[in-house]
Amino acid sequence: MSTITQVDPAVPAGSTHPLERRRPLGDRTFAIIALASGLLVLVILVLIAVTTTQQSASWFSAEGLKIFTNNWDPSANQFGALAFIYGTAITGVIALIMAVPVSVGIALLLTEVVPYRWSRPIVYVVDLLAVVPSVVWGLWGILVFAPWLNHIYAHIGSAVTGIPVLGSLFGPPTSGASFFTAGIILAFMITPIVTSLSREVIATVPAIDREGAYALGATRWEMIRGAVLPHSQGGIVGAVLLGLGRAMGETIAVALVIGSSPVITSHLFAPGYNMPAVIANQFGEATGVFRAGLMGIGVLLFVFTIIINVIARGIVERNARRKRGA
Amino acid sequence: MEQSEQEPAATTSMPKPAGLRDTQSVSSPTGAQVFDTKNVSIYYGSFRAVTDVSLTIYENEITAFIGPSGCGKTTVLRTLNRMNDLIPTARVEGDVHYRGASLYGKGVSPIAVRRRIGMVFQKPNPFPKSIYDNVAYGPRINGQHNKKKLDEIVERSLRGAALWDEVKDRLNKSGLGLSGGQAQRLCIARTLAVEPDVVLMDEPCSALDPIATGAIEDLMREIKSRYTIVIVTHNMQQATRVSDRTAFYSVLRDEKSDTRTGVLVEYGRTEQIFEDPKDSRTQAYVTGRMG
Amino acid sequence: MTTATAEPQQVDLHEAKGWRRTKNRIMTTLMVIAFVVVLVPLGFVLVTVIAKGASVISWSFLTGGPIPPIVVPAGVGGMGPAVLGTIEITALATVMAVPLGILGAIYLNEYGGRNWLAALIGFMSDVMTGVPSIIMGLFIFTIWVLHFGLSGLAGAFALACLMLPIVIRSSYEMLRLVPNSLREGSYALGATKARVTVTVVLPAAIGGIVSGALLAVARAAGETAPLLFCIGAAASANPNVFSGANTALPSQIFANANQPYTGAQDRGWGAALTLIAICFILMIVARLVTSRFARYSR
Repeated sequence: MSTITQVDPAVPAGSTHPLERRRPLGDRTFAIIALASGLLVLVILVLIAVTTTQQSASWFSAEGLKIFTNNWDPSANQFGALAFIYGTAITGVIALIMAVPVSVGIALLLTEVVPYRWSRPIVYVVDLLAVVPSVVWGLWGILVFAPWLNHIYAHIGSAVTGIPVLGSLFGPPTSGASFFTAGIILAFMITPIVTSLSREVIATVPAIDREGAYALGATRWEMIRGAVLPHSQGGIVGAVLLGLGRAMGETIAVALVIGSSPVITSHLFAPGYNMPAVIANQFGEATGVFRAGLMGIGVLLFVFTIIINVIARGIVERNARRKRGA
Repeated sequence: MEQSEQEPAATTSMPKPAGLRDTQSVSSPTGAQVFDTKNVSIYYGSFRAVTDVSLTIYENEITAFIGPSGCGKTTVLRTLNRMNDLIPTARVEGDVHYRGASLYGKGVSPIAVRRRIGMVFQKPNPFPKSIYDNVAYGPRINGQHNKKKLDEIVERSLRGAALWDEVKDRLNKSGLGLSGGQAQRLCIARTLAVEPDVVLMDEPCSALDPIATGAIEDLMREIKSRYTIVIVTHNMQQATRVSDRTAFYSVLRDEKSDTRTGVLVEYGRTEQIFEDPKDSRTQAYVTGRMG
Repeated sequence: MTTATAEPQQVDLHEAKGWRRTKNRIMTTLMVIAFVVVLVPLGFVLVTVIAKGASVISWSFLTGGPIPPIVVPAGVGGMGPAVLGTIEITALATVMAVPLGILGAIYLNEYGGRNWLAALIGFMSDVMTGVPSIIMGLFIFTIWVLHFGLSGLAGAFALACLMLPIVIRSSYEMLRLVPNSLREGSYALGATKARVTVTVVLPAAIGGIVSGALLAVARAAGETAPLLFCIGAAASANPNVFSGANTALPSQIFANANQPYTGAQDRGWGAALTLIAICFILMIVARLVTSRFARYSR
């Protein structure tokens, strides 16, 4: 029988204690801590949903489907929230109409027009928009911007009175603090995110496609229309949806400039209200069903933004996956 | 290093008479068996990457794995220190024994395996730390924190890798600032610092210029008396220059499923493989007609 | 222009004529206008804040207190309590969110791989960045304030919920950029996975991770909505962040913005300037860290 020296591979080489065994206890613990930290995200989201729904239960049961009526009068115990849902939708749409062309324009500027050296400073400037805190936008908005807009609205309002469509959109009543002002400020605030996401999407267009268009003698704009936009449409839609989600959730700036008037009206220059704004402004003094109502509006807001974000992220993911697979 | 006191088992201890060479059990006149693989196949999921490898690696020798690309030589190498464990779908079948103990047996810790069986990679991968911290990394994770001892280990390892004189005055400069050849020697020093038994090298010179390659080859010859070395190389001249034994791998193509599987074709002393190959495939490769 | 006779053809190598060229120029101009459209409001805000706030800023404004009632003109008291509140609440939130965020990112990149749980966590983490910050405030109000009362700690919890997914995403991107060869080199020396991650991967990515964390801190420092229902409105400095009502710069700005009294408005501008300065400094430091210390960046 040969006696090959039995060497135990479990014993670390070079160690002074040949019988020393190292169990990977620290290794397992670390892995568990990392997993727990990751799970925290899911736990928090679930807890948010559960606890806020619980707190607003009395509102849902008191009003039932009447929460979707335009009937918000706390002193009369009426809590129909349609006006706020309307306000959130309208300001979101206004913000998108203004922000999307600008954001996509800047994204195209950065990817197609500007030489690389100049793109960094431009990106910095756009990012600066994001660094300005929401409350500062609101402060400037209500103390400087809105009064200035008030004059402009008044002029436009009187000019279009009586004209069929324009009159009902832009006619009086007008006010500096209004749906439209909130929409403008929201547009400023969501431009950075829509721009940066659109840039990422546009950058995934293969260079070959661009060159193909140029090789056919296309001008730059024709190349963009022919090669870049068709490729990036889906992703840009995702970016736009994400911008919408941000716009819907933006609270403080809107709370300051929207006018705090729960009405449903087609007049965009009129004061209005929206979901996060009413919560911010009125939660402090609310009690009982009133408070439950505001909490319930928060629940609705949570659900809406989660849905929009899931759809948007799904679209963006699919676009990224297509690029990786291509 | 642990040395076997006894001769290896009967079947492989007697040198065969000349002319009657058995390609797979050529005896070593001096050393113990360090690795002994029997019918090893390696799978990635259901794809069989390497099939039926049986060979023995002997102590204090340099063994070269050569063959065309895709023949599995790196896969087999990484099996010897359980680096394939890092790939989720990888699976090893067959026996892999290290100094008599099963490498893939129950209760065997891959961490401990890797401390005895070190590896140098194709592209030098120094950590973004200082040269000193690169070499001291291994001993530190082994629990060695005494500054004086670490200083000794670092100097010894850098000398062992023939790098000490070039870096002794800048030990706290970043390891990333070294040239390719120096960086690779740093990685070798880092590997030597944990006092392994075996050093596996995966094409260590393929990213280096000829002068740096020569330095590494000199280093291999110098340290082989203290370590056992297995080197994967696509450079046949390198194999002839440094190795004692050579294993030639090739590719089996399965027409039906259009898959390629690596297979060990021939294994023997280097002179025999290159001057008197027994298999026609070996002959075709070493004479340059294939691969 | 070709002619019908035997004269040689003239090849026209000028750029596209007429409408195509004009259209191209128009579109390019529009794109530039888009950028200018962004510059204008940004410039206005910054100029206004600096102009109106600078006259209010002074050492006593930044450190003095208590915060006077809104009717009092500027020059009396100061925003010290709010500055202190912002610093301590944001710091506490950072201490909670950043380590957890990094650990979460470590799970996603080093341990999770392609499994479904990691994919779900990563996806929901991104979704969570889109949750309105006021919801975080309502959440913490419900589970903490209702039981333990207003405090800076509650505000810190709400801000931490806000920061967590941001830190996870940015840390994850940085960890992904660390080359695998470093991990292999460490494994080959016999390190456990935890060791590999902590001693090699994390140090290699730390520059980018710190930079991402700083941007998350800048975001949190500027947030008002999460604090609205969690910290109350203290007028004097509360160094105890764990109990008692507190205040912060964004809260003060919000409270002052709607007031007709010039004193309150002035204090609002001063606080706004202070807050913007803090956010800008954090952003600049983050960029500096990226350019000097981020070893692997895109």
